[in-house]
Amino acid sequence: MFAIYRKEMRSYFINPIGYIYLGVFLAFSALLCCYTTIISGSYDTASYFTLLIATFIVLIPLLTMRLFAEERKLRTEQLLLTAPVTITGMVLGKYFAALTMFAGGVLLSCINFLPIYIIGHAERVGEDSTTMHIGPVTGEIVGSVIAVLLLGAALIAVGTLISALTENQLSAAVVTVGVIAVMILLNVFNMLTDSSGQPLINSYPIRAVIDWVSVISRFSAFSNGIFDYAALLYYSSLAFVFLFLTVRVYEKRRWG
Amino acid sequence: MIKIEHLVKNYGSHCAVDDISFEVESGEIVGFLGPNGAGKSTTMNILTGYLSSTSGKASVAGVDILRDPIGAKKKIGYLPEQPPLYLDMTVEEYLNFNYELKGCKLDRASHLAEVCETVKIKDVYKKVIRTLSKGYRQRVGIAQALIGKPDVIIFDEPTVGLDPKQIIEIRNLIRGLGKDHTVILSTHILQEVQAVCDRIVIINKGKIVANEKTENISRVMDSNHRFNVKISGPQKEVLSMLKSMQGIAYADVLAERDGDAYTYTVESDYGVDIRKKLFFQLAERGWAMIGMESLGMSLEDIFLTVVEKSEESRTARVGAAGRVARRNKGKEKSAIEREVGASLYEDAQRQRTEAAKTATDAEEDEL
Repeated sequence: MFAIYRKEMRSYFINPIGYIYLGVFLAFSALLCCYTTIISGSYDTASYFTLLIATFIVLIPLLTMRLFAEERKLRTEQLLLTAPVTITGMVLGKYFAALTMFAGGVLLSCINFLPIYIIGHAERVGEDSTTMHIGPVTGEIVGSVIAVLLLGAALIAVGTLISALTENQLSAAVVTVGVIAVMILLNVFNMLTDSSGQPLINSYPIRAVIDWVSVISRFSAFSNGIFDYAALLYYSSLAFVFLFLTVRVYEKRRWG
Repeated sequence: MIKIEHLVKNYGSHCAVDDISFEVESGEIVGFLGPNGAGKSTTMNILTGYLSSTSGKASVAGVDILRDPIGAKKKIGYLPEQPPLYLDMTVEEYLNFNYELKGCKLDRASHLAEVCETVKIKDVYKKVIRTLSKGYRQRVGIAQALIGKPDVIIFDEPTVGLDPKQIIEIRNLIRGLGKDHTVILSTHILQEVQAVCDRIVIINKGKIVANEKTENISRVMDSNHRFNVKISGPQKEVLSMLKSMQGIAYADVLAERDGDAYTYTVESDYGVDIRKKLFFQLAERGWAMIGMESLGMSLEDIFLTVVEKSEESRTARVGAAGRVARRNKGKEKSAIEREVGASLYEDAQRQRTEAAKTATDAEEDEL
């Protein structure tokens, strides 16, 4: 498992894909952070994180598309499957490599908060900080980063499964973009209203299902500064289920 | 070392491997031979744990591949049909990755150096695999299989697509490996098994049709006991003399005429060289032997015979083999010799009836 993890990490950095991912992610996050906080004159990071999650639609497939698809195409998966490694070990090795890349990007992007803290510090000078809080709320940011990491972990698991289903990287990427887009943007339907301001979808059960499927509706609690354990459990279970399915796909292929 | 018992593999309704059983002794090099699509790769993939069997048992050094896949895989080095190479790695990185992947406990530097020495890839050790030629890629693939000193090494068509010089080198390499490892080699190239293997297992349509020592098969090939002889002389008398001559199992005349000479098909008893004797006997009577053509067998003939045989009905085969056995009066024969012998006999009979039927077509028949 560790051999596979190391191999995957290496391959992110000897191929351009790792650099492209990190570069694009850091550029996007810096841009978003700049627009949502500094330019709009706000210390609230909620919209920053929400928009950041929207970029995962394009960025996470970059990390996951080649995980299994390429191995299958080049027939190198035969090496892994005939080596003394369990299928679970192989899947986890690859998954954690993608997760490491993702987490690395997210943690690196925390540098974006530095200017906000500096501005906040400058504004606090001379103000009475005992009656009101000036500057970003550290607890909220930390909570949101943890939630983003877990949400990413779930989405990477989805991408991993899709990559295991095809031997074409491009189709893996396209399908992953589609699935992640649906998972993230589905609750937009709940927000749609008609001209009179009534919600477009009136039926409560449908709204509830959409809410349940949509990963981003779970995130709203973090935006409001609430550390929602239920959401964390939800993300971890999603990751577990999709990884389990990936293992099953490989088991199934052996018996096919 | 390797034991396969009643192995079956179905892909849906298609049966790729149909109840095969065989064993490979420790230190043996076994050639796994069969036409494309015969089930060679499937069997190997099951043995290496890449696929699961529908039913049956496969074990390596006593470890069942289904029950303890990790334990069994540790004992196997496998080179699939297409070497599983990461083209963006250097040879060094690739071998190190394999070393870690296999959880190898041997001293890393000296073990990798030894493997590189064996397959002669030292000069490309630092190169990226993408830039290597096909021959070198194949060697790197073999190196991968050798890492961790597995008891059993399995090669799936290791010489496909190589040039003749590389083929010879790879064969020598495999033969060398046979000293310390048990080797299974799959191929559809007949010379390859003959050159490299101790034993040959022929598989066709998912069934084993022959499982013989290579020397037995070679013996069949060397025993050219069937000739076309052109003799100038009175046809009836020559034929009756041939039929009565000791050491000749079967003789007949082909309807092919060259002046006063006729062509006769002669089959000697197994293991008897009648050529000299025949020459002198004919000379004694004043009949000139003006041509002799040996109808020996190539490995291809044997292979095709065995494969075709396996597709015919079993009863027909037993009958023919029985006739041959009678003719050979209890001489010890291996299964493959019986099989091939029976086919020769049938060939001769067919030739005879055809010859009798149409004299004009006989020439073509003989050719």
